[in-house]
Amino acid sequence: MESANRKLGMLSAIPMVVVLTLSFVAPLVVVAVFSVMPQKTFSLLNMPDFSAYAQIVQEGYWKSLAWSLGMAFAATAILLVLCWPLAYAMAKVFRRFTLIITILVVMSLFVSENIRLFGWVLTLMKGGLIEGHLRSWTGVGFDGLLYNVPIIVMGLVYVYFPFMLFPLAQGISMVPDDARQAAADLGASRWQIFREIDLPLAAPGIVVGSLLSFVLAAGALAESKLLGGQAVIVIADEIETAFTYGQDWPLGSALSMVLILIIGGLAIFGISRVDLDEIMGKKRR
Amino acid sequence: MTKQPILRLDSIVKRFGTFTALHGVSLDIREGEFLTIVGPSGSGKSTLIRLLVGMDDLTEGGIWLRGKRIDDTPANERPTCMVFQSLALFPHRSVGQNIEFPLKIRGVSEPERKKRALELLDLLHLPRDYYGKRINQCSGGERQRVALARALAFDPEILFFDEPLSALDYRLRKTLEKELKDLHERTGKTFVYITHSLEEAMVMSDRIAIMRQGRFEQIAVADDIYARPVSRFVAEFMGEVNLFDFEGTASGGLHGKGVEVHVNGEVAEMGFALEKGEKCTLMVRPEFVRFLAPGETSDFIVRGILRNDYALGSRIQYEVETSDGTLINVEKLREGRFDGEHGEAVVLGWDVEHAHIIRED
Repeated sequence: MESANRKLGMLSAIPMVVVLTLSFVAPLVVVAVFSVMPQKTFSLLNMPDFSAYAQIVQEGYWKSLAWSLGMAFAATAILLVLCWPLAYAMAKVFRRFTLIITILVVMSLFVSENIRLFGWVLTLMKGGLIEGHLRSWTGVGFDGLLYNVPIIVMGLVYVYFPFMLFPLAQGISMVPDDARQAAADLGASRWQIFREIDLPLAAPGIVVGSLLSFVLAAGALAESKLLGGQAVIVIADEIETAFTYGQDWPLGSALSMVLILIIGGLAIFGISRVDLDEIMGKKRR
Repeated sequence: MTKQPILRLDSIVKRFGTFTALHGVSLDIREGEFLTIVGPSGSGKSTLIRLLVGMDDLTEGGIWLRGKRIDDTPANERPTCMVFQSLALFPHRSVGQNIEFPLKIRGVSEPERKKRALELLDLLHLPRDYYGKRINQCSGGERQRVALARALAFDPEILFFDEPLSALDYRLRKTLEKELKDLHERTGKTFVYITHSLEEAMVMSDRIAIMRQGRFEQIAVADDIYARPVSRFVAEFMGEVNLFDFEGTASGGLHGKGVEVHVNGEVAEMGFALEKGEKCTLMVRPEFVRFLAPGETSDFIVRGILRNDYALGSRIQYEVETSDGTLINVEKLREGRFDGEHGEAVVLGWDVEHAHIIRED
């Protein structure tokens, strides 16, 4: 009976396995193979020469990669600090008010990311909401607040806020109240409770939130284009250019592969450190 | 006892909005004693213990630890600690790390922490290789011991317990009750224990405080509470009991409906003296009620019909119904069992030294 059920289960999983293989694994394989083809070729039937990877190092594409990863890291770190108090309050303090916050934050996702970023552009640009008002009131103007790295990071923080907030709140809600109380009873200060109890027990939420924010931010394009102008070129921008304007598929593929490997490695490392079952709702034993 | 109390509760009042959970409770806890606060759920005992360990603020009154007022001191600065009902072990830490937690907080060095943790494992009869075990690999009874070891590692002035045994099965509970009593003797610490189970309280405690609706009903040693309860509530809370309404007569004697009283002169000496018309409750525990043979007499006599008997293990319980429908419980040891048919007329009796008068205002 048991084994019959297992066979039936395997059998019914076949269609999904096929779909996933075709739609998910196959393109990845194509990209991986293209990345080792000679430059500016459009066929997979060439001798692999890894020249695209050499190009990344020689022609400074690694700088874009560093900018992307660096800004994603900064955004994730800021998000962690920014979201923790609110997530804590949502998980432990607000009770019914939590639902209202959830709805408000989710509602911001109803409007497309680009439109929301254009809203920021209108607010921050020279002659925009802030600079324009200031100039008309005081007569003193400035260059606007756009087109620099901090504003790109702000954009990343703004766009990926929900992706940090909700996993974090979920993680914090898994910290048992009695464990915190017991720690206090055993002499722990607030800071010690945070370090010894809150942080490790909320770790699954922290990891999931950080991974989501980091992965999305590292591959983000719109923030640097709309808010950053040409201040820095991010890796997603380079990849897009290589595939379209540059017509250099191997280079685009190689850049993609590097990004995928770095982010994939980080994700696997992060997930291996925590018990994801917990945050998926399986009860802690 | 002339010693200064280790903890003094002075007219503690706790209100939650308009609800008053504690109505000015006062109590002196003595150094080194095992005091149990017993009460049904909602009696305020859990509220009280939360105030005592500092997890909640009191509304009025004060708490003094060795003469020093502590009710404004936060929980983490009080030299007391508690074993939680849920145990509140840290699931992400090993057994050893759990036990060492209070020492780590104090900045005790690692080798010293480990040494102390192993000593505590020994003290609680846990194998030393449990040091590295995960909490979820431990059984219920083992977790209990880990929680105790962690609390003892803190080396508290007073150790509080919030019904830590309530989730365990009967046999394990019995074992741990005895272990706790034993541990109390070996450590010499002051234990304050909260439970709704009188049995638990009787087994372990030096003194018992019975709590009801936010007040202490009676604070005394177990024997006193059992034999001389101050109220019907305490009498009934402390196990099976027979209660009769009594009244003082003009001649200085006692009168109870359906009860023949064969004592008169002695009642004053026994502390039974009642004013004429003064109402009280006469209590007798089931094990002191006898089945009287024909011609036999006793100080108090009741007639009735044997309705039922129940085997309670070492004892048999009989249910006798009087003519006015009152059910009287009688308990006999198995070897002293009474052989009677259900429906048979029986005569019950008990002596004045086993009776207790409860006067309530």
